[in-house]
Amino acid sequence: MAKNITVTVKFWKQNGPKDKGHFDSHVLKNIPDDTSFLEALDIMNEELINDGKEPFVFDHDCREGICGMCSLYINGVPHGKTERGATTCQLYMRKFKDGETITVEPWRSAGFPVIKDCMVDRTAFDKIIQAGGYTTVRTGAPQDANAILIPKQDADEAMDCASCIGCGACVAACKNGSAMLFVSSKVSQLALLPQGRPEAAKRAKAMVAKMDELGFGNCTNTRACEAVCPKCETISNIARLNREFIKAKLAD
Amino acid sequence: MWLFNSSIGRKVVMSVTGVALILFLTFHASMNVVAIFSKAGYNMICEFLGSNWYAVVATMGLAALVAIHIIYAFWLTIQNLKARGDNRYAVTTRPGEVSLASQNMLVLGIIVILGLLLHLFNFWYNMMFAELAGMETMYAPTDGYNYIVETFNNPVYVVLYIVWLAAIWFHLSHGFWSAMQTLGINGKIWFKRWKCIGIIYVTIIMAMFALVCVMFACGWQAPDAMADCCGGAAEACEKAAHACGGC
Repeated sequence: MAKNITVTVKFWKQNGPKDKGHFDSHVLKNIPDDTSFLEALDIMNEELINDGKEPFVFDHDCREGICGMCSLYINGVPHGKTERGATTCQLYMRKFKDGETITVEPWRSAGFPVIKDCMVDRTAFDKIIQAGGYTTVRTGAPQDANAILIPKQDADEAMDCASCIGCGACVAACKNGSAMLFVSSKVSQLALLPQGRPEAAKRAKAMVAKMDELGFGNCTNTRACEAVCPKCETISNIARLNREFIKAKLAD
Repeated sequence: MWLFNSSIGRKVVMSVTGVALILFLTFHASMNVVAIFSKAGYNMICEFLGSNWYAVVATMGLAALVAIHIIYAFWLTIQNLKARGDNRYAVTTRPGEVSLASQNMLVLGIIVILGLLLHLFNFWYNMMFAELAGMETMYAPTDGYNYIVETFNNPVYVVLYIVWLAAIWFHLSHGFWSAMQTLGINGKIWFKRWKCIGIIYVTIIMAMFALVCVMFACGWQAPDAMADCCGGAAEACEKAAHACGGC
């Protein structure tokens, strides 16, 4: 049976990247615990608007855990304490206790400047993809789907890597603000497949160089990223990226 | 040069120097254990590693490794702090997968450096340095055995050395597998293996160091040292072991 709970939401307000920012709080009364967390924030915004206050800004889109748009650092955990492999939009109020204070913060990293409140600019990830996260395709007549045989195990692993939705939770969780889990997943999804091999060395070098240029930190293998990844990417991807990168540099 | 200007390159430098230092620790621990069994044997090693040109060259190489490891550690840490941004989280948690050691490698490293300075003062300064500088010392610079006895006679040093060894253990409990990960010699299965191998390996090395430390703190004498102090009468010496402990 669903029950209603009352919680205090302590949320981060910041007017642009240069602003210092501060916490505001709002009491959400009688919220059914079957409400999703983002719905609860919608209700909070309705109440804030009715009170004549500015609504709280946060990112969201598909609300079904596949787009990677929602973020939020909830009670010290990126995407909150959801089930393993879930995003903020898949977090429900039943995960909180009646009377609890929920602290909501943005992804805090130099690579992700705050646009407003908890909405951060994650275009850095797009820039990293643009640097090499693709295969060059010579367009022409499409070839037979089975022309290149790929072992099932490799195809599965590449698919697992490709399931990274680029939400940035890895960067948010990392004490070094490192984007290695994201970059390594995007390098791996192509490096594992024969179609990705011809450009593998170039890709690894270009994407790591872009990542460094954009100010992300150095990975120190704390594993905080894989602990919070909503798509369960593992640091074995990071080992693969290191391998690809070192091989590419030694071959130069 | 990618070892300077790429994040993975800088991490590779940390890994390679770190692994080299672990190998040095392995050699050092094996050497120390000799002191438990034989004073003559241990002092022979000390003489071999005294002020000979090859020992001096190796020491300089070792110092370079340590210096590079430390400089890169600070360099990486400063970059990482910058990458974290200006605002800190108000609430943080530590997932079970994340070890305390992995998050505090710099702090552990600083404790290791402090211990290292004390260790150089206790031994290296009186031995290799004294020999090179022609300094007057309490014991002959090649008499490493007596320096062990002397140092661990002092309970303060024993405690400091044990704390130091514990810090190295924690540092390496993360450092060992982390080095393999950075060098790319890792994967889903090897992650567990490296972690297990690393913990066992590092525990054995640190136990060897600690053993020497504790045994000499408890008044242990190598059999031949005991024989020496009793004028070669080994049997009589064993009987009079307690009486002769102070000589």
